[in-house]
Amino acid sequence: MNLLIAATTITDILESSSLTNWLPAWGVLFVVAVIHTALVGAFFGLPAFVFIWAERKVAGRIQDRLGPTRVGGRFGWLQSLADGIKLIQKEDLAPDAADKWLFRMAPYIVVVATFAAFMFLPFSDGLVAVTMDAGLFIALAVLSLEVLGIVLAGYSSGSKWSLFGGMREAAQMVSYEVPLGITAVIPVLIVGSMNLSDIAAVQAGGVFNWLIFHDIFTFLAFFVFFTVTLASNKRAPFDLAEAESELVGGFHTEYSGMRWSFFFLAEYSAMFFVSALGVILFLGAWWTGIGPIDSFFAGLGEGSFFGTLVLRAFGLHVFLIKSAMLVFVQIWIRWSMPRLRIDQVMTTCLKYLVPISCFLFLGATLYPLILVTVSGQGSLLEPMGERIPESKKPAVHKALSQTEASPSMFAATETERSEVAERSAR
Amino acid sequence: MEFFLFAVYAIAACGGALAVVLTQNVVRMAFWLVVSLGAVSGLFFMMGADFVGGTQLLIYVGGTVVLLIFGVMLTASGPYVSIENSPAEMLQAGLVGLAFLSLVASTVLAVQWDDNFEKLSDRGHVANSGYNPEETGNTSRSLGTALLGMRFDKDLSTVHQQVGEEHVNHVHADHTHATAELSTGYLLPFEIVSVHLLVVLIGASYLARAKRHVPVIEG
Repeated sequence: MNLLIAATTITDILESSSLTNWLPAWGVLFVVAVIHTALVGAFFGLPAFVFIWAERKVAGRIQDRLGPTRVGGRFGWLQSLADGIKLIQKEDLAPDAADKWLFRMAPYIVVVATFAAFMFLPFSDGLVAVTMDAGLFIALAVLSLEVLGIVLAGYSSGSKWSLFGGMREAAQMVSYEVPLGITAVIPVLIVGSMNLSDIAAVQAGGVFNWLIFHDIFTFLAFFVFFTVTLASNKRAPFDLAEAESELVGGFHTEYSGMRWSFFFLAEYSAMFFVSALGVILFLGAWWTGIGPIDSFFAGLGEGSFFGTLVLRAFGLHVFLIKSAMLVFVQIWIRWSMPRLRIDQVMTTCLKYLVPISCFLFLGATLYPLILVTVSGQGSLLEPMGERIPESKKPAVHKALSQTEASPSMFAATETERSEVAERSAR
Repeated sequence: MEFFLFAVYAIAACGGALAVVLTQNVVRMAFWLVVSLGAVSGLFFMMGADFVGGTQLLIYVGGTVVLLIFGVMLTASGPYVSIENSPAEMLQAGLVGLAFLSLVASTVLAVQWDDNFEKLSDRGHVANSGYNPEETGNTSRSLGTALLGMRFDKDLSTVHQQVGEEHVNHVHADHTHATAELSTGYLLPFEIVSVHLLVVLIGASYLARAKRHVPVIEG
């Protein structure tokens, strides 16, 4: 893990330093791109590796079994590796009735969509492959391509089981995208930015700055978000498309070997991705939630190069631990809850989750306005813009902090105007 | 490097589009449509229009094509639906396509690009003023403010004329300092269009609903 940090730092050095002197611009771009891709790849593969082991171990413990115990010592650490080797060795089959070309293509679409979504995920302060203002939007857009691979897999297998599995799965994923989008917009609404790094930055300095505790609506929105991510990841209790313990395997019935494991890999990576997204949007991203510790590390980041490194390393660990805890909850739910029927799944989404998320969205919109009218301030807690040190603030938050008190963002005060005039006169 | 990437995406877009036309199997067509549309969104990203690129992915690739495949899966009578064209149809379609291609090509060639390069590069000039690095593809904020009627890129250019070139970098271009004169924005037209679409959707589902015959007791 610390190797990863070192490598990102190397990228930083590459981007800033003397390398541009002896390499052409495209060469630097290429090197940086390779390093970024390798890192994102590592973050895509490693969590899946760990969580597949964790799933088996936790499932075993919940069912009063031992789970994996042989491979890699007492706790079976290397079980995933053994699984992987087994899967590589298996024959790559395609059924006679299948549309073979599409059948072979479909797993790649699923994996690539999930992998590409990781590009926009910030793992720690500054540890992100692609920073974009519309980061959250694009990440969700890319993640939504996964359903395409699933539909194609179901269709091209040439089997009824796969077809029905694929249809159910796709219907479920498409309809759960609606509440997912609405609940993900609520933090965006509060922070005023779709940039995931910005959303993380405002949650520094204490557990009450986390967006989940911003108001009652965000608190409920987190639980709706978490439920929806369970469904869009086809996790239990919404995993009836696969229902592996009682039915044939859904859209991947006909797959075997590596191609099957691609679906598996994508599922576990997507589990990690949505957990990480939940951590960034609601649970304080890479901040510990303990005020003094947060400000200590933020202070480290201010000063030296080394301080930034420590901040990044620490933030990365906090972030990974938080995300892993959410994934653990997903696993825990899977092995303790019974499965819903398909009509219940759709009812849960369309009759309950969509109206609830719309209500929460409306509430989160109106809440600050009402608060301003009643108490004269936009938030009961510390205002957004004052939570991060001045030097770390992106321009967005400077604008935010200036407008925090006034309900309308058009209201530029007289002093600000004179400031601008002064600055432009200089 | 930029040219190389452009070539990759452009070839993928055109090749995908050609493959859509030439393939017989409907679902494979949908796959090639995904390739083509995805490559176009890559071109959008390259041009620094990240929001449009993301929307392209979300709506066309993730939405429309999935809907298309759904439609095929639900209505197919045989295992794999394929379309076979008669030579006459091929000829007609080819003629229409060629006519359209010549129209587009003549339009592109008719533009005097040399004179307009300056206008095109103006965008970078505005973007460099410190607040919103649109050059690197961060357009969502300016899009949002434009929706509300605040074109701070335009406001900036008026400031730019007033105070001279070297001071532009000191002006914070955030929306709190936008001038009082606002345009009407695009929010109202946008809302009208979306409500219109909603009406169309409800109307379509009303027309397509399962019609149950209620027995009418006469006499």
